[in-house]
Amino acid sequence: MLPASFNAVVPMLCAGAGALVVMLAEAWRRKGERFPMALLAFIALAATGISLIFLWGRNQVSFEVVTADNFAVFVSLIIVAAGLLTVAFSTQVLERDGIPEGEYYALVLFAVVGMIMMAMANDLLVLFVGLEVMSLGVYVLTGIRRDNLAGIEGAFKYFLLGAFASAFFLYGIAFTFGVAGSTRLDKVAAFLAAQSMTGNPMVLLAMGLLIVGFAFKVSAVPFHMWTPDAYEGAPAVVTGFMSTGVKAAAFAGFVRVFLAAFEPFKADWAPALMVLAAATMIVGTVVGVAQSHLKRMLAYSSIAHGGYILVALVAANQLGKAAILFYLATYAITNLAAFGAIALLGSKDSARDGLHDYAGLWYSRPWVAGLLTVALLSLGGLPPTAGFIGKWYVFSAAVSSGYYGLAIIGVLSSVISVFFYMRVVVMMYMTDKSTGAAPTPVRGVGMVALVVTVAVILYLGILPTRVLNLAAASIGSIF
Amino acid sequence: MGETLLFYVFSAAAIGTSAMVIGQRNPMYSVLLLVASFGMMSGLYVLLDAPFIAVTQIVVYAGALMVLFLFVVMLLNRPSEDDGDWDVAHPLKRPGMARFGAGLATLLVVQLAWALIRTTRLQDAVNGTSDGSSASVRTIGRVLFQDYTFAFEATSVLILVALVGGVYLANREESR
Repeated sequence: MLPASFNAVVPMLCAGAGALVVMLAEAWRRKGERFPMALLAFIALAATGISLIFLWGRNQVSFEVVTADNFAVFVSLIIVAAGLLTVAFSTQVLERDGIPEGEYYALVLFAVVGMIMMAMANDLLVLFVGLEVMSLGVYVLTGIRRDNLAGIEGAFKYFLLGAFASAFFLYGIAFTFGVAGSTRLDKVAAFLAAQSMTGNPMVLLAMGLLIVGFAFKVSAVPFHMWTPDAYEGAPAVVTGFMSTGVKAAAFAGFVRVFLAAFEPFKADWAPALMVLAAATMIVGTVVGVAQSHLKRMLAYSSIAHGGYILVALVAANQLGKAAILFYLATYAITNLAAFGAIALLGSKDSARDGLHDYAGLWYSRPWVAGLLTVALLSLGGLPPTAGFIGKWYVFSAAVSSGYYGLAIIGVLSSVISVFFYMRVVVMMYMTDKSTGAAPTPVRGVGMVALVVTVAVILYLGILPTRVLNLAAASIGSIF
Repeated sequence: MGETLLFYVFSAAAIGTSAMVIGQRNPMYSVLLLVASFGMMSGLYVLLDAPFIAVTQIVVYAGALMVLFLFVVMLLNRPSEDDGDWDVAHPLKRPGMARFGAGLATLLVVQLAWALIRTTRLQDAVNGTSDGSSASVRTIGRVLFQDYTFAFEATSVLILVALVGGVYLANREESR
């Protein structure tokens, strides 16, 4: 068995080993032979999740730089849930679209390794390596359909801009190291707290560059340019995965770096993030209204949701910190449900994500239409869904910290956003059937996964206390 | 005195060659200028008392990586920059956009300069102390395999993902 000092890396080892096994299985597979890759990936992710549950409440640290505190475990569990649901939705989609299973699941598992590494990193270098592992996996997943030009275009844009953002991030790490003499977050925090360095230009520069890197990954305005193209070009299952997993991991890093290491400089970084949050909410919502394709619309919606989480990060009081985690969980599960439904309804030749493709869906696929409706209502933040509770906590955190402007912008933009979610709902129920081919039937594992996500959305919307308490307990004790 | 002179020579040459890299129409010249820039950088490393990094810089970057670049450029068979119709008409090529981008880039350079000037004593900003032996291979190995073990090992996963992704995207043959 592994020595106890390895405890915190066990989840990453599970997911990584799963990825290697999938790759080996693909290599040994004879041409035309079928192999249950999805099952392998599912087992690996389940093992990852179980090991994470065992790590809960134990504050294990490995190699001094990987900390499995409750915050990391909470975020990692969101990531693993995203991975599991993605695998469940993928089973039907991969076969239909001719996506190679071996490479696909291996990359998903590697991306999960990178995401967990980001959530657990207590060192800027480890954070960076995790960020790159995650990003490289997701870049390739975006362009995994090589016959699809939109996918290739999205992947290419995402890759080029992402490489650029990584350079900024690395520059920020270099300056932080230059100031504090260490890349370890706890040492940086201790150094900055001990010295009165307020207004030190090097620190300001380091923080600015790190914010650019993180803002790119959470697609905050004005670093969001890649998002619509990448989200629309990628297969919908991949979009679901990257709009939730990547965002959760990036926010975990964001929160840890800025609330743990750069806490003494809150007066300097909070205004910058405030501007980002406001711009992100406004642009995401206003541009989203004008979209006629569901995937692109949800891309802008996902940008706007990033803005709401930024509001909670700016507020950063006890309620705000818990709200970050709770919102990440609700957003992840809701977005996965929406993109899962879109993925399952699509076909090989077209994503079928135009608004008119959803006309009369209620009459042809009532179950899927009903489940998609719940997901859209939750994204819009209507009770009794998870989205409502998430937004409620975020905005009350902003108000109790005195950020009234942000709260007002947030409420207004979520009211506007209800319009474009409702447009889809109206399309599904109140319009005649579209003239095109009937949507793909949804059955099996994909349907089960959809039902599970919707059940969780309603559970978090009606009985949020338990999960919110877990979130508060996991983050409040650390930062 | 001599060291200071060398520092200015190397720095000026490194900045000059780097600037020329992006000013070339012929990618081949760009690659060769980048090799020159790396050579100047390794000179700076020697001045910083880091001979190991200097040698690594030459061997890995100037040697291996740039040869690879040269091959790629040659195999792509593009002696000059691609100026297709879409390329010229691209919205980012509009003079207004280009100027805006250049303005932002200048702003970043100004910020960097401001930070470096405002930091009165650079030795204070750089918290590490140099004990003269900081650059020996032994010390680097110690730091790499003790303080940064995890990051070092995790990099292997990173490289593996990059390999898998690169091979998948570049592989044209459908082997289903």
